[in-house]
Amino acid sequence: MTQTNGAPRSFQEIILRLQNYWAAKGCAVMQPYDMEVGAGTFHPATTLRSLGSKAWAAAYVQPSRRPTDGRYGENPNRLQHYYQYQVLIKPSPPNLQELYLGSLEAIGVDMEMHDIRFVEDDWESPTLGAWGLGWEVWCDGMEVSQFTYFQQVGGHDCHPVSGELTYGLERLAMYILGVDHVMDMPFNDPDALIPLSYGDVFKQTEEEYARWNFDVANTEVLLRHFEEAEAECAAILAQEHQDPKTGKRIIMAHPAYDQCIKASHIFNLLDARGVISVTERQAYIGRVRALAKQCADAFVLTEAGGFTPESAA
Amino acid sequence: MPDLLIELFSEEIPARMQARAAEDLKKRVTDGLVEAGLTYAGAAALSTPRRLTLAVDGLLAESPTIREERKGPKVGAPDKAIEGFLRGAGLSREQLEERETPKGAVYFAMIEKPGRPAAEIIAEVLEDCIRNFPWPKSMRWGAGALRWVRPLHSILCILSDEAGASVVDLDIDGIKSGNTTRGHRFMAPDEITVIGFDDYAAKLKRAHVVLDARERAEAIWQEAANQAFANGLEVVEDKGLLAEVAGLVEWPVVLMGAIDEEFLALPPEVLQTSMKEHQKFFSVKNPKTGRIEKFITVANRETADNGATILAGNQKVLSARLADAKFFWENDLRTAKSEAGMSVWVENLGNVTFHNKLGTQAARIDRIAALAREIAPVVGADEDLAEQAARVAKADLSSEMVYEFPELQGLMGRYYAEAAGLPSAVANACQQHYSPLGPGDDVPSEPVSVAVALADKLDTLTGFWAIDEKPTGSKDPFALRRAALGVIRLVLENDVRMSLNLVFGKAAEITGKREGASGEAFADVNDLLSFFHDRLKVFLRDQGIRHDVIDACIAMDGNDDLTLLVKRARALENFLKTEDGENLLQGFKRANNILSQAEEKDGVEYSYGADRKFAEDDSEKALFDALEAGGAAISPAIAAEDFAAAMRGMAALRAPIDAFFEAVQVNADSEVVRRNRLNLLSQIRAVCGQVADLTKVEG
Repeated sequence: MTQTNGAPRSFQEIILRLQNYWAAKGCAVMQPYDMEVGAGTFHPATTLRSLGSKAWAAAYVQPSRRPTDGRYGENPNRLQHYYQYQVLIKPSPPNLQELYLGSLEAIGVDMEMHDIRFVEDDWESPTLGAWGLGWEVWCDGMEVSQFTYFQQVGGHDCHPVSGELTYGLERLAMYILGVDHVMDMPFNDPDALIPLSYGDVFKQTEEEYARWNFDVANTEVLLRHFEEAEAECAAILAQEHQDPKTGKRIIMAHPAYDQCIKASHIFNLLDARGVISVTERQAYIGRVRALAKQCADAFVLTEAGGFTPESAA
Repeated sequence: MPDLLIELFSEEIPARMQARAAEDLKKRVTDGLVEAGLTYAGAAALSTPRRLTLAVDGLLAESPTIREERKGPKVGAPDKAIEGFLRGAGLSREQLEERETPKGAVYFAMIEKPGRPAAEIIAEVLEDCIRNFPWPKSMRWGAGALRWVRPLHSILCILSDEAGASVVDLDIDGIKSGNTTRGHRFMAPDEITVIGFDDYAAKLKRAHVVLDARERAEAIWQEAANQAFANGLEVVEDKGLLAEVAGLVEWPVVLMGAIDEEFLALPPEVLQTSMKEHQKFFSVKNPKTGRIEKFITVANRETADNGATILAGNQKVLSARLADAKFFWENDLRTAKSEAGMSVWVENLGNVTFHNKLGTQAARIDRIAALAREIAPVVGADEDLAEQAARVAKADLSSEMVYEFPELQGLMGRYYAEAAGLPSAVANACQQHYSPLGPGDDVPSEPVSVAVALADKLDTLTGFWAIDEKPTGSKDPFALRRAALGVIRLVLENDVRMSLNLVFGKAAEITGKREGASGEAFADVNDLLSFFHDRLKVFLRDQGIRHDVIDACIAMDGNDDLTLLVKRARALENFLKTEDGENLLQGFKRANNILSQAEEKDGVEYSYGADRKFAEDDSEKALFDALEAGGAAISPAIAAEDFAAAMRGMAALRAPIDAFFEAVQVNADSEVVRRNRLNLLSQIRAVCGQVADLTKVEG
């Protein structure tokens, strides 16, 4: 297979190539969502847009945070802040597997030399009330992506079904660039005037956040924020559909969903602080899921969610 | 006669579902064909990650015409009746036949169902099969409504005979059947046209697809064994993994790689589990040292560098994984060897909830330790060792290794207990106290392990009974049936003499003490014991002991001593299989019936010893002698729990009892004689009832 651009030389080049590839395949290349999320799936461009009947195609990088995975930047491949590359196409096209494999070639994986496998992995997000079937994709025994056909999101059956691709960028890039420790990975071109490694960019923040996540974050404040986000979400959704000021029908699904995202991240922080017991855990997850479901219920009543005055009638 | 070839080509089917799906395809299609009248000579189902294939040969070209004669109403019956009949038969009145019968002239309908061509039937059957396929979990994709395990891409369906092949037309939600398939995803992705099964299989092989999962598995195993052998090593057998790996590839390429020197000191189970769970690698061990030194991975393609890149990649991933495992192992060892040792982990378990009504894991361990101490003398274990073992047996649940690989629980406990310098009986108990897990699992026999294993399971059972979380129907979320069966096997296989009621009482007392409560036994002690009896019945039934035999023994005192109970049951079961046993049972039942009726009628219990001087008949006297002699033989046997000997003693009563009933009328005219005879019967009942309650035995 041809490698028109040769092997990529840096983390950012891999991201840029993915952006170009999926742009060329017709995806709207979006920007990261401006909130703290645990995974690219939380971006409303995936969660909400996978609902309803309207066609959709988006690709984006999403910075993701998993406070419990923090290792002060010392573990070769565990980070509390990392990047996912996310692609969502609805309805899932029949050649999605081929499109995906094309993206691997675009970032320098030579299909003639490597062993790519689709290994069963059913995806489920208890916090989003979502599940789907698909695979983890293996390249020479390493999981490089998650490939899922969404069946249900926020408790709603997906019609049509979205195909979701999630690339764990650091791990994938480390493999392609032949790097053993994430902090040693070239972030920009190693021959750049000012070459920067992943560690130059993130080593210090990993330390700072690990300390804050594990030992310093004020749990009382966090608990209060959780309750507030939950209450605000409900309050937003309780509003009349018709805006009294403009007279327009404006259902605030996205602002409500922001509160759901917030609650979910605060839960993750509380979890990292070790203040949530095993039994409470389930209860918190259930509360976030309830928010996600209410937001999904609201979104499908909006235009982007496929609502038309006729469908209401 | 034509042959049928079907291939359902999809995105990657989960390995664990492939074999079953191929069989389901075969069963559903062939059943449907036969039901429609299309018989066949043979059928075979095959699967790869991307296809389910069915080959049916010697199929009828069309279903046979069926003629059926149907009897209708009498000639001259009301029009309504005749019209109804015509509707049902789909005929008009002229087509009916009038026939004379003994009951007069009757209409008959001759119905002919013409045969249908095979293609028509196949199309219907296959469509129905695809739309209703029993996948364990299926999905939709794109904008369609069709469900399959993963997106279904194409359907190959052809009928072929000497004249050639033709496509069986069908269109399922836009997927049109054809005569083409594709080869290996990467090595031969182009379309292939086929004319029959042999052509299909041959072309696929050229296109780097081995169609038969067994053939792939055999090839993998053969090649893996060869490569290991060439290095003086051997592959660790794992049939489950082999089947799974064979379901992940269409063109297996076996590659062997070395494990980095720095990881070879890890326990072999850790290497094996990590490689299997995460990487689906086989372990390759050095038969001389028993150490695992290499791994085998199975790739799905050939490459120009003979797999060098693939192997290097896999090796790298493995090293990262094992670096984690080594990190956990070393951290854990440091903890185990520290001054506080494994108690650090036990302390941590104070933060882990076992069940919200039963407290933390640490509280549970406290209870198990106290109970193990109580049980220890009964199983011949040292009390201190049993308690010590129970205190550390679950410590490894807090270790990093078990957090990562839960399936290594117990085993890691043993390693860490050894590292901590604990006695070997304690270390072994860490590993063995979970056993037996399944019916095929070995039962521990070392006393300390037995004590902890029993305490663990009995604490669970009494605990869940106390909070009224019992298994119901098919629901047994806490695996309490398995725990009870574990207790039963531990007790029986180690010949443990233990009163369960006493242990239930101790368990309740321990729980009570911990909670500062009164230590009252929970309400349902009897219910828990009968739960044990039910499990015991299931267990013994599998060993051929009848349920009524067990019931007869459960009715005796001391039924909470399972070893005693089973001793009785086995003796009774064997006894009833003999002619003497069968007859004695009859004699006993007869005596018991007469006696019970008389007791009910007279409103008294005849249990004053019978007096020999009132015996009239010789057979009666002989029975007196026999009961006397029998009693003398049976009582010591019962006392010695030699139930077989007791039964033999009872067998000697059989002839005198038979003779007695033969010669004597129990309900004699003389009230004195009658009472004496009833008291004699009562003696029979008492003597025969010493091993089991024979009234509960059927037959």
